[in-house]
Amino acid sequence: MENELHLSQHISKRFNQELEEVRNQVLKMGGLVEQQVSNGLIALLEADQALALEVVETDAKVNAMEVEIDETCTEILARRQPAASDLRLMVSIIKTITDLERIGDEAEKLGKNALKISPEQSGAKQFVELRHLGDSVKKMLNRSLNAYARMNVEEALDIIQSDRLIDEEFDNLSRLLILKMMEDPREIKNALRISWCARALERIGDHSKNICEYIVYLVKGKDVRHTSLDDVRKSLLAES
Amino acid sequence: MVDNSSSEILFSEDTKIDGTVGHCFADDAKMSMRNVNVFYDKKQAINNISLDLARNQVTALIGPSGCGKSTFLRCMNRMNDNIAICRVEGEFKLDDEDIYAKKMDPVLLRARVGMVFQKPNPFPKSIYENVAYGPKIHGLASNKAELDEIVITSLQKAGLFNEVKDRLDDSGTSLSGGQQQRLCIARTIAVSPEVILMDEPASALDPIATAVIEELIDELKEKYTIAIVTHSMQQAARISQTTAYFHMGQLVEMGETKKIFTNPSHKLTENYITGRFG
Repeated sequence: MENELHLSQHISKRFNQELEEVRNQVLKMGGLVEQQVSNGLIALLEADQALALEVVETDAKVNAMEVEIDETCTEILARRQPAASDLRLMVSIIKTITDLERIGDEAEKLGKNALKISPEQSGAKQFVELRHLGDSVKKMLNRSLNAYARMNVEEALDIIQSDRLIDEEFDNLSRLLILKMMEDPREIKNALRISWCARALERIGDHSKNICEYIVYLVKGKDVRHTSLDDVRKSLLAES
Repeated sequence: MVDNSSSEILFSEDTKIDGTVGHCFADDAKMSMRNVNVFYDKKQAINNISLDLARNQVTALIGPSGCGKSTFLRCMNRMNDNIAICRVEGEFKLDDEDIYAKKMDPVLLRARVGMVFQKPNPFPKSIYENVAYGPKIHGLASNKAELDEIVITSLQKAGLFNEVKDRLDDSGTSLSGGQQQRLCIARTIAVSPEVILMDEPASALDPIATAVIEELIDELKEKYTIAIVTHSMQQAARISQTTAYFHMGQLVEMGETKKIFTNPSHKLTENYITGRFG
């Protein structure tokens, strides 16, 4: 990030510090959210009730961080009236933390559902596809946060593209769950809960994709939401 | 072309830019400047700048002190004519007329291209006389009633009439700073200019008076073409449609204000508007 945005080159040292601080806050929030998703998945797949409860309770921390960063950004906007890349940094942070907070909510859903899945019927563990989807989503989130920390546009574009694979995995798992429910109606209750978890994971993929779109906006000043990736690559290539 | 060999250049080689980035030319230009070079004695203050002022738009000229923005502004109504050591080269066109042509009377030109300065400078005369002075010397009114009409509408357009209508005979200097600046704007408008040049018109005013002037500028652009030099980046962002960034006598970047303040193309522009070391 430092190389691309030169955050420490303001004449005002205090401003440098403020931007550095808020950026660290976002990275810290990203780390916590990543941990939440990871724990939520373990709780679900290993039927670990204690960990599930911890995930549900920790969501409040994620929410508090969002509020705190929002306040910091509002203060910077009011005091500094940032322009150009500084302005884009603020906008991208405000948007990113909204997505991070929602990822936190999805992780909380994993925990809540893990608490409610009945141990008598087939649990989440038997669905290899769920584990696989979870791993893919975790990896995608991790890559997004790394791309954010490094302001890596190429990587961000790559991740945006990879969201399609997550969607496919989600569709496959959904089909499997429907089959399961048709075979044995007693499984419907658990299968529905697992389906909700799968949906939560798929949404985490969407939010990670959003974060990557903000990276492109922050570094290149281009809004690539709702645009085909080919067009984005072409226009970025034309510029460089 | 300029012969640089005999001139002491104000800028070093490493700060030289390779041409301007962005869009310097307008589809509908009120004023067109091409290949402008300005020298103060042997010092070059403006280095080959070409740009247009788009009709009925506000163009902001920004840049650090000594970058040549005020010099450039002053060339647009030949204010530099009276500075003996100042030499201006290049093409300046108001619509299609060459404003540096021999037949162009600078006094008449300055009525068509008016100027508002940083420090309000009303004449030590009554409010009425301040506004009436220009129309009188240019013979714009054939009788007292017509002159009254011009004074009143000019004061109205400058958003000052309601505040001074009961004391038009009071001295112009008795007004507050913000009012004096609006009086100067009324005085400029009174001679029906086509272009208004403003050199830091609000830098000596408080935020409320500044907001009033900025609101006025926004209204004035419906009728006039405006160029404004400002040190306040926020002001440029608020009131202009086009922004030009000057750096050491060169035009670094020019384009849509929205683009300049969210995603400038040139590193020097970015450094300046975000307060970074350049």
